[in-house]
Amino acid sequence: MSTKLDRRMVLRGTLAGGVVSVGLPMLECFLNSNGTALAATGAALPVRFGSWFQHLGLNPGMWVPDKIGAGYQHNTQLKVLDEFRDRTNLFSGLKFSLDGRPHETHTSSVQIATTGIYGGGGPSLDSSIADVIGQRNRFRSLEVSLYGSRRSLSRRSATSINPAEPSPVALYTRIFGQEFQDPNAADFKPDPMVMARQSVLSPIADRRQDLEKKVSASDKRLLDEYFTGLREMEQKLAQSLEKPAPMPSCSVPGQVKEAKPGTVIDDVETNTIVFGKLLAYAMACDQTRVFNAEVGSQGLRHAGSTFTWHTATHEEATDEKLGYQKEVYAFVTGANKIFAAFLRSLDSMKEGPGSVLDRTIVLWQTDHGDARNHSLENVPLLTVGSAGGRFKTGMHLSLPGDPYARVSLTVQQAMGVPISTWGDRSNQTSKTITEMLA
Amino acid sequence: MKTLRRLRPVWWVLGAAAVMGLSASSMAAPAVTSSADAPRGKVHRLTSTQYAAVIADLFGANINIGGRFEPDQRVDGLIAVGSGQVSVSSAGLDQYDSMARSIASQVLAPENRKAVMPCAPASDKSPDDACAAKFLAKTGAALFRRPLTEAELKAQVLAANAAGVTAGDFYAGLALSLSSLMVAPEFLFRVEEVEPDPAVPGGFRLNAMSKAQRLSFFLWNAVPDRELIVAAQKGELNTAKGLAKQVDRMLASPRLEEGVRAFFDDMLRLDGMDSVVKDATIFPKFDAQIATEAREQTLRTIMSVVLAPKGDYRDIFSTKKTFMTPKLASIYKVPFSNDVPIGAPDSWQPYEFAANDPRAGILMQTAFLTMNSHPGRTSATLRGKALREVMMCQIVPPPPANVEFKIVQDTSNPNYKTARARLTAHSQSPACAGCHKIIDPMGLALENFDGGGAYRTNENGAALDTTGELDRVKFTNGAELGKALHDNPAVSNCLVQRLSAYGLGQTPAKEQGEWVARLKESFAKDGHNIPALMRRLATSPEFYRAVGAAENTTSAH
Repeated sequence: MSTKLDRRMVLRGTLAGGVVSVGLPMLECFLNSNGTALAATGAALPVRFGSWFQHLGLNPGMWVPDKIGAGYQHNTQLKVLDEFRDRTNLFSGLKFSLDGRPHETHTSSVQIATTGIYGGGGPSLDSSIADVIGQRNRFRSLEVSLYGSRRSLSRRSATSINPAEPSPVALYTRIFGQEFQDPNAADFKPDPMVMARQSVLSPIADRRQDLEKKVSASDKRLLDEYFTGLREMEQKLAQSLEKPAPMPSCSVPGQVKEAKPGTVIDDVETNTIVFGKLLAYAMACDQTRVFNAEVGSQGLRHAGSTFTWHTATHEEATDEKLGYQKEVYAFVTGANKIFAAFLRSLDSMKEGPGSVLDRTIVLWQTDHGDARNHSLENVPLLTVGSAGGRFKTGMHLSLPGDPYARVSLTVQQAMGVPISTWGDRSNQTSKTITEMLA
Repeated sequence: MKTLRRLRPVWWVLGAAAVMGLSASSMAAPAVTSSADAPRGKVHRLTSTQYAAVIADLFGANINIGGRFEPDQRVDGLIAVGSGQVSVSSAGLDQYDSMARSIASQVLAPENRKAVMPCAPASDKSPDDACAAKFLAKTGAALFRRPLTEAELKAQVLAANAAGVTAGDFYAGLALSLSSLMVAPEFLFRVEEVEPDPAVPGGFRLNAMSKAQRLSFFLWNAVPDRELIVAAQKGELNTAKGLAKQVDRMLASPRLEEGVRAFFDDMLRLDGMDSVVKDATIFPKFDAQIATEAREQTLRTIMSVVLAPKGDYRDIFSTKKTFMTPKLASIYKVPFSNDVPIGAPDSWQPYEFAANDPRAGILMQTAFLTMNSHPGRTSATLRGKALREVMMCQIVPPPPANVEFKIVQDTSNPNYKTARARLTAHSQSPACAGCHKIIDPMGLALENFDGGGAYRTNENGAALDTTGELDRVKFTNGAELGKALHDNPAVSNCLVQRLSAYGLGQTPAKEQGEWVARLKESFAKDGHNIPALMRRLATSPEFYRAVGAAENTTSAH
């Protein structure tokens, strides 16, 4: 059996698992039955997805490479990501469409980027991917906050938003605290108190119908979301009674440092590295396969300066000689550096023949082509990592005028989300980017 | 609509294992009933402050809640309204679960259990159903804001028993059962049930237990106490006299302060103080403790005004009286006289600004000034916008998407030393001028106070011009702006609007407009007294009527 065939089978297995969506994770079954055979190639290791939202775009004219296709060179602003170039795909020319609806700056495009829909009514794409690849993990997804806020862009719906964790110490305890089960431990004893916890939760689910018939249809939907969460909690408890599959690279990290909340760019970078490492450990131990982070929305700034990045995009003069806004350029490059530091954290965790990053695809998105005037044209997008070989990498794909959603559609499909189109109105697309599929 | 775009469900053939995992609702056809447009009950997720207040109230303030809440969402200016439009995500439920288990184990820890246990078990090492039932019935009723049904109680006792056997410990079993009450939807959501309203043919009203719940969160920010539950059970809340009796009892209680505080904390968005960050090199004095104390200072000031006998709400914009801590005093640069015994836990002292002091009212306090500023400088625009939106219930449109800031590009430009100079230059652009004309004047009147809340007379060496006009009333400084707001009917009308929405848990519907208009009139007649307004709200049948809130059909799928 060639490895190529194996990969296809994995993909097909994932798709089947994806459609089932809640009940039966086929991928897991498939991999478990082949786990030992594939261990040597690393193909038994899970695939993962991460989303990184970096608000406020890049500097126009400073990031589109000259060359299209494979073997491109990074333009000035992305040079800080050079070490990952072979594992990166860079997309130019993509756009968001409003179709005549009002432009809520920094909001409409974030909604379209993350949910495909103006107004942001639907699930964010990471949530749909987690439904497929994150079902069997202790944490369906982990949302981290790099600057102290509780907000995240990850949502199952407009009314069910995943909170982000601003504290690495708290996240450490959640992942590696008392309830952590070492997948490589020789002896496995199911915890009898977990069974007791299962039994105290079941009466709640039994009351669902009684409760829901008391409320209006829209409020019933809110309760439905609650009960979805409850069912997931029960599933997780059930899983924790089974011996976890071994994860060769799993180890428990030493205690982490607390984050410094706030928007000073150097602090955010430090926080990012701490979170990146923690996520790498969590993924190497297969505690989660999906993560989310965002940077730049809450007024990133330099210590001692009165100007935030956002303010600078609107108020800084374009440098006549350079042809761009100097301070904005420094902010963007700083944020890109933070992204590079994050990738490095994932890459430093070795796993199989590569690293945790190699088993992941990180989707880097932003809200504007030019934050200065909130342009929705030529909005940059990057992917880093091949998700264990599902994607080809190292390309600059120029897709002028295509909806931003094309990449999201392609990534979701390759991760097994059963969709044939994504997005609404002019943002909708059914065109998979086949060039990036392995 | 999204689901329609998903691939056809070929998975039906995959059989029972797959189907079992799907929720019943996702398979059911949309419910179409003859009474589809009838108003039905509502749910509100407990806000983080309500959750904390309930736990402290039931189990004592020493219980550490620990975990993290899902972020609250503010809709139409209020978290109380937003709480009716949010659910619990699965990640959020995980957090609630770990908080619940931590709280339950603290509550039933050896040192605390005496305070909450109505009985002692036959043995600590094994289940005692009778004793567990006593505790769970009492605590469950408080947590669910209604007595547990027989089936619910039975299930909880059974769970305590099973867990107690597993753990070989009565209290461990009971703690697990208790924790499950705290992750139940009946606790995490305020569920309001309706019944036909005999006074309005075809209409609906909250049932008695839901009335008690709404009343109690409105007036006390707490779960109903025993007396209120008994009154509800006896049907007394359905008579004007019985309702008034309970409302008056609750208004006379010192617990009213908690309720009024919770309202102002929400209306004035003081939760924002949790995330105010100041640049340490520019405002070295500002830290998390100052932020907490500034929030408390504003709340204390408001309480001392609105809860005073015949207190007039509008005086919060003009009062010279406030409260200080040593740290706050250093921001205000006023002497702090500590006339309490040294080491006394409460370091708050009343303070009164001199008649000629530039500060007056809550707008010139650290909380408002710092929250509506940038990390390193003031923002006349943010302050002005907050005054329009928070105090006057007006909506300020966002800036145009393609706005150009060419004119205000350089803050070190010697021509534009002050915020007024920069904003004036910026407002030359007609696209910006319209809004800034209504936003900026009020904000500029507060330019005497920097982004850290300290008083100043100049910016970059240039003298400050703090004159302006609000609805044809001229002012020359912050204190006069406070006076202008004090006398502006939009300000007192806004209070009525917000307090009604806060109590109802939703923005008053169209058909409630007339009622709210009447409340606005009486608020003026009552001398702008908040408890009097609360009484009018809480005793009027409209407060408990279920209105046909339009179903949001577009987001249904």
